[in-house]
Amino acid sequence: MQYVWAFVIGGLICVVGQLLIDLTTLTPARILVLYVVAGVVISALGWYDPLVEFAGSGATVPLIGFGHLLAQGVVHAVEESGLLGALTGGFSASAGGIAASLVCGVIAAVIGHSKDQC
Amino acid sequence: MNLTKQQYAELVKKASPNSKLLPDCLWAFVVGGAICLLGQVLRNAYMVWGMTLTDAGTLSSATLVAMSAVATSLGWYQKLASKAGAGTLVPITGFANAVVSPAIEFKAEGFVMGTGAKMFVIAGPVIVWGMMASVIWGVVYYFIRPFLG
Amino acid sequence: MEQRKGSTILFAKPASIDAFAAVGGKKECEGPLGKEFDLCDTDTMFGEMTWERAEVAMQRLAAKKCLEKAAIEANKLDMVFAGDLQAQCTASNYAQRDIGAPMVGLYGACSTMAEGLALAASFCAAGYAKHAMAMTSSHFCAAERQFRFPLEYGGKRTPNSQWTATAAGSVLLAPNGKGPYVQAVTFGRINDMGIKDINNMGAAMAPAAADTLLRFFSDTGTEPADYDRIFTGDLGAVGSTLLEQLCAKGGKKLTNHSDCGLLLFDREAQNTGAGGSGAGCSASVLCTYILPKLVRGELKKVLFVATGALMSTTTFQQKESIPGIAHLVYLTSEAGSHS
Repeated sequence: MQYVWAFVIGGLICVVGQLLIDLTTLTPARILVLYVVAGVVISALGWYDPLVEFAGSGATVPLIGFGHLLAQGVVHAVEESGLLGALTGGFSASAGGIAASLVCGVIAAVIGHSKDQC
Repeated sequence: MNLTKQQYAELVKKASPNSKLLPDCLWAFVVGGAICLLGQVLRNAYMVWGMTLTDAGTLSSATLVAMSAVATSLGWYQKLASKAGAGTLVPITGFANAVVSPAIEFKAEGFVMGTGAKMFVIAGPVIVWGMMASVIWGVVYYFIRPFLG
Repeated sequence: MEQRKGSTILFAKPASIDAFAAVGGKKECEGPLGKEFDLCDTDTMFGEMTWERAEVAMQRLAAKKCLEKAAIEANKLDMVFAGDLQAQCTASNYAQRDIGAPMVGLYGACSTMAEGLALAASFCAAGYAKHAMAMTSSHFCAAERQFRFPLEYGGKRTPNSQWTATAAGSVLLAPNGKGPYVQAVTFGRINDMGIKDINNMGAAMAPAAADTLLRFFSDTGTEPADYDRIFTGDLGAVGSTLLEQLCAKGGKKLTNHSDCGLLLFDREAQNTGAGGSGAGCSASVLCTYILPKLVRGELKKVLFVATGALMSTTTFQQKESIPGIAHLVYLTSEAGSHS
């Protein structure tokens, strides 16, 4: 069942993004910013944890999950090191994903080259 | 031709076809869902191999990022995205695509000012505003924590 | 004879088009006009390492091919009017490094071919040049990375967006020759009806095309039906519909209108949204379709109206609307005087 809910919830979160693209004039970059900030806010309100429990990767793989990760990281860091944690928590929690993207980007730039779309 | 901007905007609206909502959403649902399902499969596999939930989560994200980087380099991600729309934009693979594609594209301007400077030209705003939101939440959390019991 | 009526310049001695050439990329050469291109590169890199250089190479090929067809040397060129979409017009400037002719760089976005053709014809008709070349190009990849996203970035195109052509066109004009002939030109005025959607440029440019066409009809006292065909450059499907509506409101019914953006690609099969665009689109359709038909006498009187959307990525991000422009060139197969 866990797999079914990961698929359905993940898919639905993407459909919301598609509706924003098709029905509003929001550009993809704005939608991504909106998703991450929304993730932080929803997580801060305590509403995202239940969804992660329920849908697993369906909730963590979309970019809202990235926002949730930041919010969780900051809570954890504030618990450990007080106010300073507000500065360190976000980057600590998201370091894996960001560094992986960065490393992949550099490797791809070394090996790959730009290709026509036709 | 005495036409106000409002009248012309009406004409343009009538002449411009809308996006096909149902197929767009179906594509986004299936592709987006499939990417999340793949994430779940990876995470469970890593946990079977004895990792903690947090580590398995981080490693499955990194795996998706690497897969997206390969698909991006081969030009496949762009082809899939031209159909899947938000289905490839919203998952973490879309974030990786937004980092890897300028890294490759702007290599022509050198590894420092091209790849280095422009790698986060699309994904940068996500990090900036996501981080700002988390710092604000961190400060708020610090002050409300004593009252949370 | 009066040489200027209203906004329209009528040449007492029409300039002659002595030679023309078109170079295309993969998609263009697979399209409906594919067989008419002088040269094709299915790799679209034109043997270079970057997209910007590929466009330079493509424009140089178009110039050389055109000179070859006219059987003249590059040092005989008195004037070159050239433009492209790259920032600071670099594709044209760099292409001219090897040619060495007096050069005027133009930026009119997708309208550049008509702008260059009108200027070259004016120089020839006035006797300021014996050989004048008008040339433009655009390259899909160079335009994407400058104006939109990296080529590997996954983005879904909206149905109204247009596809930048990878193509170059080059036309050589002379004061006397066997034609086709440039009889009259109308330089367009900036028209801005407040369109801000960068993915719907046809809508931003249609008012400029209608404005220039209506001015030309009123200046010359002619009707659309007096011409065999009226070609617009790169309005695409949406812009074409709007142009016909705007002209009808201005009292001129267009029943013989075609758009270069819709001729260059099979937009259903080739997935090019509302049609082709870019400075190379109208230039290559001119050189692969319109001029050959004039040469063969299949068309006798033609209006070529190329349109341009004159925004930049900066003005777009600052939420400015998109100013449009359209330049008109009246072409005939025979030298005979105006109707």
